[in-house]
Amino acid sequence: MKHKTFFWFMLPTCVAMVLFIAIPIVSIFIQSLFIEHQKPSIEIEICDPFGCKKEIGVDVEAYAALNKEKPLGRFNGFKTYIDRNHLAFEELNEGWRNSKTVSEFSSIFFNLPFYKALIFTLTYTLFVTPSVICLGFIIALCINALSQKIKGPIIFVTILPMIVTPLMGSLVLFWMIDAEGIIGSTIQDLFNDPYLSLKASTKLTWITLITYGIWHHSPFAFIVFYSALQTVPQDPIEAAIIDGADRWQRIRHVVIPHLYPVAVFIALISMMDNIRVFEPILGFSAEASAQSFSWLIYNDLRNIEVMNFGSAASTSILTIIMVGILLTPVLVKTWREFGESR
Amino acid sequence: METLADKKSKKLLVINSIFIIAWLIIAAFPFIWTFLGSFKVREDFFSRSDWWYVISGFHTIIETGGRYTLNAFREAWIEGEFWYAARNSVIVTFFVVTISLFLGTLGGYALSRSPYRYAFWILIAALVFRAMPHITLVSGYLFPFFQLNIWGILPTTIIVLVAINQPFTLWLLYSFFKTVPKELDESGMIDGCSHFQAFRYIIMPVMWPGVITAGLFSLMLAYNDFTVTAMLLSYENHTLVPKLQSYLGTNQHEGNMMWAVSSVVSATAPLFMVVMFFQKQIISGLTTGAVKG
Repeated sequence: MKHKTFFWFMLPTCVAMVLFIAIPIVSIFIQSLFIEHQKPSIEIEICDPFGCKKEIGVDVEAYAALNKEKPLGRFNGFKTYIDRNHLAFEELNEGWRNSKTVSEFSSIFFNLPFYKALIFTLTYTLFVTPSVICLGFIIALCINALSQKIKGPIIFVTILPMIVTPLMGSLVLFWMIDAEGIIGSTIQDLFNDPYLSLKASTKLTWITLITYGIWHHSPFAFIVFYSALQTVPQDPIEAAIIDGADRWQRIRHVVIPHLYPVAVFIALISMMDNIRVFEPILGFSAEASAQSFSWLIYNDLRNIEVMNFGSAASTSILTIIMVGILLTPVLVKTWREFGESR
Repeated sequence: METLADKKSKKLLVINSIFIIAWLIIAAFPFIWTFLGSFKVREDFFSRSDWWYVISGFHTIIETGGRYTLNAFREAWIEGEFWYAARNSVIVTFFVVTISLFLGTLGGYALSRSPYRYAFWILIAALVFRAMPHITLVSGYLFPFFQLNIWGILPTTIIVLVAINQPFTLWLLYSFFKTVPKELDESGMIDGCSHFQAFRYIIMPVMWPGVITAGLFSLMLAYNDFTVTAMLLSYENHTLVPKLQSYLGTNQHEGNMMWAVSSVVSATAPLFMVVMFFQKQIISGLTTGAVKG
């Protein structure tokens, strides 16, 4: 295809992606360097029947004028990045010096919002991604062994958890495991503890969220594995049978190597989706004990009256950097394989 | 024809069936349960004393006289103005699907036919864009949108969703067009068509299977989206999912929990229908990228 024709074909989609994906990333970076104005103070005289008092208040008019003149706020450099709500170098440093034991330091560490979110996001991603690959693979093997007639409806039911939006999926589960739902109340009866609730402990909340993640993402891995299984060549399998390999050996030495590139693809997509975990936290009302990066950004922006653009933008940049670090190995691999195949 | 590899032992078959049945229950039961519960009153679905009330409808009979009630649906759709959110969702979904398919087919076709290195770079860039968490992009939109005074309205959200959806659509349609033989449009061009004419008269008639798959995914993205719609639309323009979240309230006991339950059921029903009809296309779409790409 000629360069000129290519250009015209690509123009609309590239304009859309540049305008609404590339430029916003630049915009986040610029926003992260600014912080809201200091509120100018003014002395007001308040008079009541008992006399007049002078009080210091916020000069609303001057503040509005200032915001109108410089809507971004005042320049703050990289200071937002290292404040208490982000990388918190100062707090960490101080905590390190003042704490005598490792556990004392770690409690300081886990109370800083950014690191709290980092640990949760990483734990979630690192638990969910491999489990999804394993479970999806097992389901695919099992369904592949079924007869053709019943496959259709079974596949339909299997992919249900995936097609529902995470907020609804997590709500549906939450209503069941909550103290007033079927699973929650059964567990309370079993342990004979009327106060046992999944929301009560951080550990249980995390386990719930990770279980939800596996439930939601496994169907995707299943579909990809299932379709890839259809392309496994039959000859090497028959050769393996003749050589006396049992079923497990056949899977281990013929099927799994064939599916390896597919597994890399699933890992890539699944990690991309898991790092942005956000809606389940709202669905399970788990904000108190589990916060992810996406939730931190949402929390800065959700109140329309006081939006912390600078803080949200800094978290966004840090998130993007982290996504980059986590995905680079897989991306490089995809790049190489894809580059060769072209 | 039954090959040697298809022979299985009885024991394995039993384990297999047990596993499948267990998985099906895990996958489907939560939806069935919520569906049943949505026809009951709050005290039955969120019952501390006995979960069997969800089936028997103990309080529902006392309050309404029947075992099933449509109250939750009626209130959510009319009082809760769920119908308006549904209307907004239909508008957003329709335009997002149409526009992203238009942009995506043009781009995907061009990428699949270009032998040059820059096409490869565009695809890799799209993959990187796909990795961006949506909320980080949203934090980039809010400030400029407020300044330009285009925050809160449907058209802005539609364009944003189209753009966010482009990387995936491009990859999917790129893999699809790779499977359409090059000779087809080349023969047309030998006969004197321009590239645009070749696309219009030769490729367009054969591209529908790929386009349907891509369309279904855009539909699911636009319909299911929460992050973008919740943050970029003003309260009265909210689509289904953010509307549903607003019913939850801050506390379980305030809020209109039954509204939320019935709207989860109303919102998932059309999605399940679509998936039932187009199951084959969805599966083929998810795999083209993986197996052939």
